[in-house]
Amino acid sequence: MDKDHEIIFAGFGGQGILSMGKILAYAGLEEGYEVCWLPSYGPEMRGGTANCSVIISSKKISSPISTNYDCGILLNQPSMDKFESKIKPGGILLYETAEIIKVSERDDINILGLSAFEEAQKMEVKQVANMIILGALINNTCIVKIDSVLKALEDVLPQRHHHLIPINKKALLKGMEIAEKEVLN
Amino acid sequence: MNMSYDKNVRLMKGNEALAEAAIRAEIDGYFGYPITPQSEILEYLSKNFNEEDGVVLQAESEIAAINMVFGAAGSGKRVMTSTSSPGMSLMLEGVSYIAAAQLPCLLVNISRGGPGLGTIQPSQADYFQSTKGGGHGDYRLIVLAPNSVQEMADFVFDAIYLAEKYRNPALILSDGTLGQMMEKVRLPEKGSLPKFIPDWAAKGKRKDKERNIILTSAVDPAVMENLNKELQKKYALLQSEVRYELNEIEDAQILIVAFGLSARICNKAQEIVKEKGVSVGLLRPITLYPFPSDTITKLSKKVQAILVVELNAGQMVEDVKLAVNGNCPVHFYGRMGGELPTPEEIYFELKKIIDEQSIEK
Repeated sequence: MDKDHEIIFAGFGGQGILSMGKILAYAGLEEGYEVCWLPSYGPEMRGGTANCSVIISSKKISSPISTNYDCGILLNQPSMDKFESKIKPGGILLYETAEIIKVSERDDINILGLSAFEEAQKMEVKQVANMIILGALINNTCIVKIDSVLKALEDVLPQRHHHLIPINKKALLKGMEIAEKEVLN
Repeated sequence: MNMSYDKNVRLMKGNEALAEAAIRAEIDGYFGYPITPQSEILEYLSKNFNEEDGVVLQAESEIAAINMVFGAAGSGKRVMTSTSSPGMSLMLEGVSYIAAAQLPCLLVNISRGGPGLGTIQPSQADYFQSTKGGGHGDYRLIVLAPNSVQEMADFVFDAIYLAEKYRNPALILSDGTLGQMMEKVRLPEKGSLPKFIPDWAAKGKRKDKERNIILTSAVDPAVMENLNKELQKKYALLQSEVRYELNEIEDAQILIVAFGLSARICNKAQEIVKEKGVSVGLLRPITLYPFPSDTITKLSKKVQAILVVELNAGQMVEDVKLAVNGNCPVHFYGRMGGELPTPEEIYFELKKIIDEQSIEK
């Protein structure tokens, strides 16, 4: 089956935006797809907000620059304001409820708010909030399989951080669980 | 040159792939100065280059770095530097000297929006600077323009090979996006690039040989003119190294000419326009110098219009117009200062041409 997904991750620096994208890209590589990961490296990165786009495709990727996205993972208000209109009709928008006051009012996309930071605090490692969100994304889409994401953790995390893999795995699975519940509701 | 590749597919940033390729191309030295968006090259090399194999050095400025390249190249070493647009401007005096001295070396410009300090976003506004000399005097660089992370790695080998074959500096002209993005890459293996024998190198006086002297100046203008003639002869020979890529050129009614990152964006515009029933071909110059003029001349007699797309105010379009020489209308679309066109914008330009020239579907 043809696969072609364009995903935007956006939020504050420190929320793990770039690594979320990187892990997804490595999972795509794991499954043998063409992948492209493009970070914002510009002044916006220095000013606090960061974003990266990921393309995962079964065909050769022509333009590495995306203008419209199948999924948006928007973790702060400026990112919501900037990218909500750029999600394709029928696409998915995941956002962090703790950071966003004004949510997109579009009714042609699937919008899901997650309290990932709260959940991560419950797990006593607030840095894994991004993995909870990534887990939710994996659960609600068919971009890649969770097994590939778990495998990708080993590729992306440097050796000295490999002791953190179990907690990241736990967070990914937690995210899937939360998203699954939301779907059922 | 017979390239052999790693079996493993990796995911790497363009800058990192280029730096790893430099290690595998067995460079003896790298001299550079950090500047966004290419600092990963220096960072990667300082972390991964084996000091027993040579030297990786952060100089005090771009001017110092290029003169270190000059000196090391003169002693027959395989050396390189990398920078981004404003840094390249600083290096150009040295580049002119290296070209005059006919020394091989690899230059890399991961260019950004200009003029002035500009931005750190991608740009192709250094086309003139790269292909028309840039520094003073009648000299040319061999210029290769990658459009993927794979080519960022491959062209290190190609550029060094050509630089050594022609004893001329070779430049990889890329941009911030290609430097920063990660894509799949298979790296060329060590040993793919044969070691060259620089019998011209200035390495001191040996008893059995005359001293080699490398000069870039002459008191007598006749001597300088002869050096110039020699350079021009070399540039004429270089024309045989022209490289380009053609995409969907059969039955094309409109031809797009674009290089590097713009060519990737144009590929996407081609996909959109294909759905509308007009056939649009694409020519991507891979070598910007030598420029694929002959191929453009031939194609200009077959198509009804040419659209040149660049990340600048219109630079390569001048070379395209020279090659077309009035055979068909040449249109231009560009974005400047670090902004990128969307595929839709390019499609819109194509549509305008189709309507203006009443090109039949």
